[in-house]
Amino acid sequence: MDRREFLKTLAAAGALVTVKSNGMMDVMASTLPSDSQATAADSNADLAAVMNGEPAAMLEAAMKELGGIGRFIKKGDKIVIKPNIGWDRTPELAGNTNPDLLAALIKMCQDAGAAEIKVFDHTCDNWSRCYDHSGIEAAVKKAGATMVYAHEQSSYERVDIPNAKTLKSAQVHKAIIECDKWINVPVLKNHGGALMTCAMKNHMGIVWDRRAFHSRGLHQCIADICTYKPAVLHIVDAYRTVATNGPQGRSASDVVLTKALFASPDIVAVDTAAGKFFTQINKNIKFEDIEHIPDGQKLGLGTMDLESINVKRVRL
Amino acid sequence: MLRKIRTAVAIAVIAILTFGFIDFAGVLDNPLLQKIQFGPALLSLSAVTLVCLIAATLIFGRLYCSVICPLGIFQDFFNWLSRKFDKKKKFGYKPEQPWLRWGVLTVLVIAWLCGFTFLVGLVEPYSAYGRMADELFRPVYLFGNNLLAAICEKFGNYSFFKVAISLKSITAFVVAILTLLVIGHFSYHYGRTWCNTICPIGTLLGFFSRFSLFKMRIDANKCNHCLACQRKCKAYCIDSVSQKIDYSRCVDCFDCIDACRQKAISYSPIKSKDISRFQASADSVDESKRQFLKSTLVIAALAPAALEAKVTGVKDTRVPMSPPGSVSHKNLLNHCTACHLCVSKCPSHVLKPAGMEYGLGGIMQPVMKFDDGYCNYDCNLCSQVCPAGAIKPLTVEQKHSTQPGRVVFNKNICVVNVNRTSCGACAEHCPVQAIHMVPFEGGLTIPETTPDLCVGCGGCEFICPVKAVHIEGNPIHLEAKAPEQDTGIQTTDFDFGF
Repeated sequence: MDRREFLKTLAAAGALVTVKSNGMMDVMASTLPSDSQATAADSNADLAAVMNGEPAAMLEAAMKELGGIGRFIKKGDKIVIKPNIGWDRTPELAGNTNPDLLAALIKMCQDAGAAEIKVFDHTCDNWSRCYDHSGIEAAVKKAGATMVYAHEQSSYERVDIPNAKTLKSAQVHKAIIECDKWINVPVLKNHGGALMTCAMKNHMGIVWDRRAFHSRGLHQCIADICTYKPAVLHIVDAYRTVATNGPQGRSASDVVLTKALFASPDIVAVDTAAGKFFTQINKNIKFEDIEHIPDGQKLGLGTMDLESINVKRVRL
Repeated sequence: MLRKIRTAVAIAVIAILTFGFIDFAGVLDNPLLQKIQFGPALLSLSAVTLVCLIAATLIFGRLYCSVICPLGIFQDFFNWLSRKFDKKKKFGYKPEQPWLRWGVLTVLVIAWLCGFTFLVGLVEPYSAYGRMADELFRPVYLFGNNLLAAICEKFGNYSFFKVAISLKSITAFVVAILTLLVIGHFSYHYGRTWCNTICPIGTLLGFFSRFSLFKMRIDANKCNHCLACQRKCKAYCIDSVSQKIDYSRCVDCFDCIDACRQKAISYSPIKSKDISRFQASADSVDESKRQFLKSTLVIAALAPAALEAKVTGVKDTRVPMSPPGSVSHKNLLNHCTACHLCVSKCPSHVLKPAGMEYGLGGIMQPVMKFDDGYCNYDCNLCSQVCPAGAIKPLTVEQKHSTQPGRVVFNKNICVVNVNRTSCGACAEHCPVQAIHMVPFEGGLTIPETTPDLCVGCGGCEFICPVKAVHIEGNPIHLEAKAPEQDTGIQTTDFDFGF
């Protein structure tokens, strides 16, 4: 009996979420402050940028500016945290999201009363080596969250992406489909093809067939997948940044200790901020060439105009 | 008692050895039992293993065939099964077939010298069992695991993970099925006949076991010629009437000791009384010695000609890539008996049994293919497990500078060139930037290759949506150059930037 009820609830929740994500206007409304929110928004930043701290401290500072994690998740929510665990690299080589940052975020979500926290990524390198060597599996388990596997096609389900321009459907990981809310935690890096990988590019880890992205126009497909079920919050780990030879980096000489973190519910704004930050570090890359960011704005995912939103800059 | 100990040890050995092949989770990554198999040890000329095994045979007889050889133990299982269904099953005495045994061995040696290692691998018992374990038992084990993982996942438990089950090679699968049928049939009906007619290791060890210190010995005073031992002997080597045992075929299963109600058979060192019997067996030794010499001469005469006629060239336009550590196609060809331990251990499912890629002689030997994954930059597992010296041990650092193949880029079909859209999937996957993106039209970037840096991992080939990049194997592996470190375009002078 219990399970049946659980399944019903799940189906209902799923339907609700689907309906919600269908309306492009809802996306706009949730990411851009409307008039009614204006008074509250005065105190809560739309985008927090923090520098010169350790990952956990920078997260804390950023969330304080954004109004606390409670603004994004509610008690009893089933949460997915989606880091970048793409490569068989140790934390020092910054190929993946910083495990300390994830541990701190998990703790925050637990304190906010999250009923369930799952963490996964569809890795590029062999998944078990990535989960292990990135230090993420250990950090997540230690923090008391669940590490979910994403290396098998059976973990994915085909979904429609009605607001997409090119990628009208994709096989998305069930954890994302079934969760109440998810938090996107990319690591900022150079990328040979997309020039920069950050919050939008990190969505490639929720889908099964990535080759389709590459063959059908990488930038547009990246923007398209972001419309499927927007994450409630994007936290960019820029503690260490692969500045050149990304996204793997060949050695520690490609990595710059940048000690920064950007957080926002607006994916386009957060990638814009991260992109402008990144193009200072690798001056060979022009911000204008990172096409998926304007593509995302065109789809109504958020704004590139950082002047129009409440940006808080914090130095620790 | 001896028989029970033998059975227990054999079951433990085959269980551990099989687990080494089906274990996908890396619990048993350095399988010891695979390293003491006679066939691979012979091809890799690992003196210590060979000396130990031969010495053991000279002392204890062909105990190897009963407790170390997985195919031998596997056959005993069928024999046991047949007795469950047919309680009255009887064996009898049959004379040795020296021409067949030594003939097969001779053909195999010639085949090996001519580069048809495939034939050797086909009947080499450990490898034949390994292929069955990898091709047939492993999928069953994975299926069970996946079922368990699926059930656990339903209850929100992610302790188990699913593993893809795929057919690695039709050839290897068919060969494994045929091996199972042939071995199953032979052992169900005829006990250890395979071991004493076809098996090259059986023939070789049989040569030594004639002289072994410990032997089954029939006490003429106690024996009443009841034939009980002979009927039980799955090697057909006891002649109860004349009280003689062909020690070249006895595999030390100890079944006869338990079968004898008179307690006339014992497993003991040589006694002076037995001189006449030793003499008798010495006659046959001489005969087989002569045969061995003859065969050797024939081989010596034929080898140079055969080597000339060796299969040359690879039919496919693409040069296959042998695993890092295999040194060259030739080294692989000379040593690999296709036991598929490396194939089963490869965590990325890159190693596959070859079809005709290496030519006729190299059928079923491991070849790198990037359909299901690519070689992990920091993984050297295949080189660590190979028992035959076909893949020589590499440290991770050595692997980083080994080039089993080189990248080839076809700009004409690259999506950046054809569609004018961004991609870079190949460069993204390259661990050494042997493919890197360089400015193209507009803000686009297009791949450029530096093949000297390439380690042949196949990441680029695996991910390329249109197969505009692929790896061409090096028949003799080369050295991969170390990438230069450049930090020129980075800066540590930055602020928020917006």
